[in-house]
Amino acid sequence: MSNSNNYDAIVIGGGHNGLVNAAYLAKSGLKTLVLERRHLVGGAAITEELVPGFKFTTFSYAISLMRPDIVQDLRLADHGMMVLPLVNTFQPGFNGEYLLLGADADANFHEIARHSREDAESIRDLSHLIDRVCFALKPLMDNIPPNAMSDDPAELAAMAGLKDYMAGLEPDVRAMIDKFVNCSAAEILEEYFESDLVKALIASSGIIGSKVGPRSKGSGLVWLFHKMGEYDGIFGEWGFHKGGNGGFTEVLAKAVVSFGGTILTDADVETVIYEDSVATGVRLANGEEYHAQTVVSALDPRRTFTQLVASDDLPESLIKAIGKYKFQGTAAKVNFALSDLPNFPGLENRKDIYMGFTNLGPSIDYLEEAFADCEAGRYSKKPFLDCCVQSTIDPDMTPPGKHIMSCFVMYAPYHLSESDWDTERENLGDVVQATIEDFFPGFGSLILHREIVTPLDIERIVGLTEGNIFAGELFADQMFLNRPAPGWNQYRTPIDGYYQCGSGTHPGGCVIGGPGKLAAQQILGDLQRKEG
Amino acid sequence: MPKTTAFHSRLEPLNETKVWKNWSGFLVAPQFKYSLTNEYYAIRSSVSLLDTSPLFKYRISGIDSVRLLERIMSRDIKRCKPGAAQYTVWSDEKGFVIQDGVILRTNEFEFFLTAGEPTLRYFNSIAREMKLEDVTVEDVSEDFGILALQGPHAHNVISQLTQDATDLKYFEAARARLCETEVIISRTGYTGDLGYEIWVPTNNALTVWDALMTAGEGYNIAPIGTTALKMARVEAGLLLMGVDFDSSRFAWVDAQRETAIELGWSWMFRNLDKDDRDFIGRAAIEAEIKNKTSRWKTVGLEIDWHSYEAVHLDAGILPPKNDLYRESTMSIYRRTEIPWDYAGYATSFLFSSLLRKPIAIAKLPLDLTETGTEVDLEVSVIRKPVNVLAKVSSLPFFNPERKTAPMGGGK
Repeated sequence: MSNSNNYDAIVIGGGHNGLVNAAYLAKSGLKTLVLERRHLVGGAAITEELVPGFKFTTFSYAISLMRPDIVQDLRLADHGMMVLPLVNTFQPGFNGEYLLLGADADANFHEIARHSREDAESIRDLSHLIDRVCFALKPLMDNIPPNAMSDDPAELAAMAGLKDYMAGLEPDVRAMIDKFVNCSAAEILEEYFESDLVKALIASSGIIGSKVGPRSKGSGLVWLFHKMGEYDGIFGEWGFHKGGNGGFTEVLAKAVVSFGGTILTDADVETVIYEDSVATGVRLANGEEYHAQTVVSALDPRRTFTQLVASDDLPESLIKAIGKYKFQGTAAKVNFALSDLPNFPGLENRKDIYMGFTNLGPSIDYLEEAFADCEAGRYSKKPFLDCCVQSTIDPDMTPPGKHIMSCFVMYAPYHLSESDWDTERENLGDVVQATIEDFFPGFGSLILHREIVTPLDIERIVGLTEGNIFAGELFADQMFLNRPAPGWNQYRTPIDGYYQCGSGTHPGGCVIGGPGKLAAQQILGDLQRKEG
Repeated sequence: MPKTTAFHSRLEPLNETKVWKNWSGFLVAPQFKYSLTNEYYAIRSSVSLLDTSPLFKYRISGIDSVRLLERIMSRDIKRCKPGAAQYTVWSDEKGFVIQDGVILRTNEFEFFLTAGEPTLRYFNSIAREMKLEDVTVEDVSEDFGILALQGPHAHNVISQLTQDATDLKYFEAARARLCETEVIISRTGYTGDLGYEIWVPTNNALTVWDALMTAGEGYNIAPIGTTALKMARVEAGLLLMGVDFDSSRFAWVDAQRETAIELGWSWMFRNLDKDDRDFIGRAAIEAEIKNKTSRWKTVGLEIDWHSYEAVHLDAGILPPKNDLYRESTMSIYRRTEIPWDYAGYATSFLFSSLLRKPIAIAKLPLDLTETGTEVDLEVSVIRKPVNVLAKVSSLPFFNPERKTAPMGGGK
């Protein structure tokens, strides 16, 4: 074996968490290699010019949860990180109704007051309470969680410390956390709002990417998770990265290289090499080997524990837990290149309404019906769509005057009961298009190009099992102490020197970077302990 | 009642906030959109259009114009060749800065100058004192409007309307035709980005505005107000009179005055020993350089992000960041054994969304001005003064290649 194939650390998978992890390892002085199966890094955070001049955010399309400390530690601003703030959220209703919320709290008050004066006041109370909840949970997001299965005194102390911390929170904050964990989004919203349009707008955050409806328990926690992002110090604010999310992962790749790391694309890792439960490197599908005493999987838990290594070599309890770990992707993407902006009757020629998220899901019942189709193993006849016309914020996404529209589609269950995704791909596209047409008459005539991404495509192309965008459901029994499995939530694996750093580890999915950073922290700590 | 600029009828409906302020007696918009940060990003990500017409504007012409300007200006006007623009200052006899401004030289004996405060009588009085015969200083403030077209797509927009801007290098200027109108275009701006400033005769102001807005539509051109401009200028390390320094003209005591060297412009005097320019303030400036008597130096300050976070999180609140731009004085202390050991002050403070950290423009005593020097900056956390760690840095904070890159290649 040649010396050039020897590294200190190898990261499998060049998604954003793999890149964050590699950047931290390289920054600390380790000779670090990232191996990416595809021809480009970014994983699910890529931008592709599918039609000349039109840049598609094929999969992930917005950014919020990226941890601010990572941005500082890796000097991402120096490498070109630029998150453009969203201006408005547009929620069309039935019969020409709509909600258009923006950056000004007073203007938002009057906009919501058109639907309910009490709701306009309620949203202030609820937003403030949620901000305080997010503030309280911030340390949990930004630190390695304790191990609940360990009887190590340090871990026992950490568990006790966590309990004390939670007990020490102000009662209304603690009560709200309990609600998020135990209630559906709809239940919480009933307490605060009367307008269905307002409720539906907020409830949609509770179903994103998850197999839950707004009335399912679990939607509360998904909602909370999506509020945990910070944009310029505001919780729950979202932005578009310059050049799409692929622009962001390019920034990360630059950071990796700037710290001396190496990135290899078209490098499909077949297996982790280990002996007597000690990792020594990886082997690619083409037989090539790379060696390192630290090997990190940025892939999802199923691939990390059952494909890159032999399950037989791992404890049965872990393999059982991974077997039960739910992926069940329920989301698809349909992306459009458009000749012009859509028109909303009554708000013609208003570019500003598209400068943010356009939320098609006008009532809790609408969302719940969409979910009923999912439960029956069908994609929704009337799907919920989270759309954004990124070109209204970033002109470099399209040729001048043209537009790109990303539509996140719920629900599109990975397992279809009566058909398969290769058969249904175009039909899904038609359903999405018809849904947009319901709200924006004439939409169809604007389409220059349509790209459909089914959950099966997400699995095939990105490698996310069952197309789950978070690398595993954000359910309470799969979070924090349990992500991806109780006792294995601290980025280590039963194989010495083999680690996990993907979204299937704490804190979880979205372009967040936390798993990559915290895994690096654990790895560097372990290396220090070994040396010490 | 405030006056309105030549562009006002177009700006009025675009101002979503309906808030206006007074700039030199003219109505201007502090911001057009509710989201200041979004408005700011037009400068860094797409292209912005800004009405700076309230600036005072002067045309200085005649055979003796160079002599007059050589006497008035602290920076060597002869280095501003025809077709060039120059950032310059004028000082009083004690070397204190009266004003700064940008001067365009359209030909051998014609200059156009912008200034924040009126200076017609002052210039004329110098001309009279010098007994110059062939020089005219005209106040053309109301004859022209000025538009600043700034941002990465600025050239893509202006090149649709005229080819005359394309060959302009950074700090060059030319007369040009735009929409059948005689204008003056300079490759200058107050944003530190790629951009142009366009002097438009008042009677054709709306035609030019409309043409630029139409040409910019596909690039998401956006009107910006004065606050977004000021946010960008902090990143660009550009000082603002009335904020970062005051004119010596109406100061009461020297403590309120500053020299060009104290303001960080010593580069303007790099060749002072080789020229014999007899400009106002020369003796004082020479003495300041020779005797190292500067009281301050103007520097950048990068506030340590972790420290800024920590002092707020410890108090149980989130650090303020969004849309955060401040023009109030903030005290700076030495990091020594002595608590609150006063050193200097910051004049402009910005949480830079682009650079992802707070930055400031500050005045520090000379022993603290080396890049990387650590100081404490006083911030207020729940109404209490608290120090955060900050490091001295050079200006500008942000300096993209496109600002000075040649545009000859077209789109």
